[in-house]
Amino acid sequence: MLGNLIQQTVNALTIGSIYALIALGYTMVYGVLRMINFAHGEMFMLGAYVAFLILSMLVGDVGMAGAIALTVAFVVAVFLVGLIGVGIERVAYKPLRNSTRLAPMLSSLGVSLSLVTGMQILAGPQPVAFPSFFPVVRYEVLGGTITSMQIGILVAAFVLMFGLHFLVNRSRIGIIVRAVSESRPTAQLLGINVNGAISMVFFVGPLLGAAGGILYASYYGIMSPTMGAVIGLKAFTAAILGGIGSIPGAMLGAFILAFVEVGGTALLPVITHGVLGTEYRDVLTFAILILVLLVRPAGILGEAVSEESIVYKREF
Amino acid sequence: MSVAESLAAVRPRSSRAVAFLVFAVAIALIAATPFLPNYYIRVIDSLLIYILLGIGLNIVIGYTGLLDLGFVAFYAVGAYSYALLASPQLDLHLPFLLILVVAACLGAITGILLGIPVLRLRGDYLAIVTLGFGEIVRIIINNVDWLTGGPKGIARLDKASILGIQIARPVDFFWLLLVVVLLAGLVAWRLERSILGKAWAAIREDQDAARGIGINTTNAKLAAFATSATIGSIAGAIFAASQRFVSPESFTLQESVLIVLMIVIGGIGNILGIVAGAAILILLPEVLREFAEWRILFLGLLMIFLIIVRPAGIVPRSFGPDKLIRRLFGK
Repeated sequence: MLGNLIQQTVNALTIGSIYALIALGYTMVYGVLRMINFAHGEMFMLGAYVAFLILSMLVGDVGMAGAIALTVAFVVAVFLVGLIGVGIERVAYKPLRNSTRLAPMLSSLGVSLSLVTGMQILAGPQPVAFPSFFPVVRYEVLGGTITSMQIGILVAAFVLMFGLHFLVNRSRIGIIVRAVSESRPTAQLLGINVNGAISMVFFVGPLLGAAGGILYASYYGIMSPTMGAVIGLKAFTAAILGGIGSIPGAMLGAFILAFVEVGGTALLPVITHGVLGTEYRDVLTFAILILVLLVRPAGILGEAVSEESIVYKREF
Repeated sequence: MSVAESLAAVRPRSSRAVAFLVFAVAIALIAATPFLPNYYIRVIDSLLIYILLGIGLNIVIGYTGLLDLGFVAFYAVGAYSYALLASPQLDLHLPFLLILVVAACLGAITGILLGIPVLRLRGDYLAIVTLGFGEIVRIIINNVDWLTGGPKGIARLDKASILGIQIARPVDFFWLLLVVVLLAGLVAWRLERSILGKAWAAIREDQDAARGIGINTTNAKLAAFATSATIGSIAGAIFAASQRFVSPESFTLQESVLIVLMIVIGGIGNILGIVAGAAILILLPEVLREFAEWRILFLGLLMIFLIIVRPAGIVPRSFGPDKLIRRLFGK
């Protein structure tokens, strides 16, 4: 029982940290542009594919890649996807910055569709086996099994999240980004390079998303052009749950979501005596999301924004 | 005479010519459709179904200004109403017209059920909750195997018939859908111009001000949700009858998004725009069929391009049905 509990907790933490990496991208973009970036799930997919491409260029046989090759592939891939993110913002979202609120969201839907089909054309629609980024060793802890892969994912994810925390709260770049997120016109009046800050957000967000994608593909050993859709939706849910626009909120929401999912999978059939099976896990997820939004529309850690403080901008 | 003046003098006549051209082309297309091969008629049927869905969703998005990303749930309600009431699944075989009424009522009820909790939310949050609602409906349909057949769906639905006239061939559905689309378009257009439509417009422009001038925003929003869900549900029932098969695959989030895009690309809040948007998003992939995956890539890029170049849509809100009619028959 205890072993099972430990194992499920680690499972939830692993998947939660991957959700958190992706949710951060949604929440940062929302914080700065008040826009839901529907193409963010595709950054996750791109991360896995770009890493795979780099690995195969480095070592030829991807299955045999060594630790150095893997590290290089990881770092280069996340940076490349970050740059792709900046490029996408320039082309597809920047021209719409003074348009209606809905326009950039719909543009991001177009980007998402283009990236998924583009990847299907380039790499084929079928799923591809993905190499493990960490040696798989099993540890027995109080009766539960934890793999070194899970530990590796947790460490990598937490290093990245700590890095982001440092970047946002302790660095000059972070101050600029936070200022723009607080009020774009004021930041502009103070001489802050608003475009630079937005580019920064569109670099860091996809970078974290890509890292999440590589870790996810490595965890499940598989990647496909459509992998971003479902995970993107989950991470997005996590960002809303925690309070969209709030960075700690995104992390908290991701872990809550992961625990609900893992717990729901384990407990739903038991509690309802088999009436509701594990397949209702996602119903549970969305039901919780809707409940939270009804009780606290700003999310768990989101600031309750008063209506007056929102600069009025038409939805359509 | 300056250039601007001469342009102003020319414009009304030439735009009337354009309006006539549009009208004539539409009539010609409708008249030609029954003589096309079945494959093309099926494509036009699906185009009409999407126009119907667009008209329904437009009431919530275009008129009332609420972003609903779970519209496909109502479509599913209608489709499964037909599938359950006219198939061997429950061994019920009700007549088509009766099911249309049942589907419309069920749609309205689901619309109100979704409407009640989300009325307090605005903007992005509303979009997300409706998205979650749509997904919940799909997941439930996917898993209640004893009722809906789960992922396998329900097959061998009855052939539809109205007052003894069987509706089975694509041409029959073309005429049925044409009538329903025209009716729904008329209802939506008249509603937009009614006092309720003016309340919707007020909510869209500024909810607080709308409340300030005494509009019951709750009831107006519920009415919008219910009307839109009714139209979506009727579209679903006709869709199920024409396919004679339903499965959860037809009711994914992508479908909701497609309908939203149709409206936005075509021209938000404008029925003529919806027709244009549906024509692009439904017909273009069919026209480019031989390019296989490339056509979806092209569609995605076209979407970005159109949103950037024409943010108000291909046919802007100001050029609505009234204007077309005035151009055609006015002085």
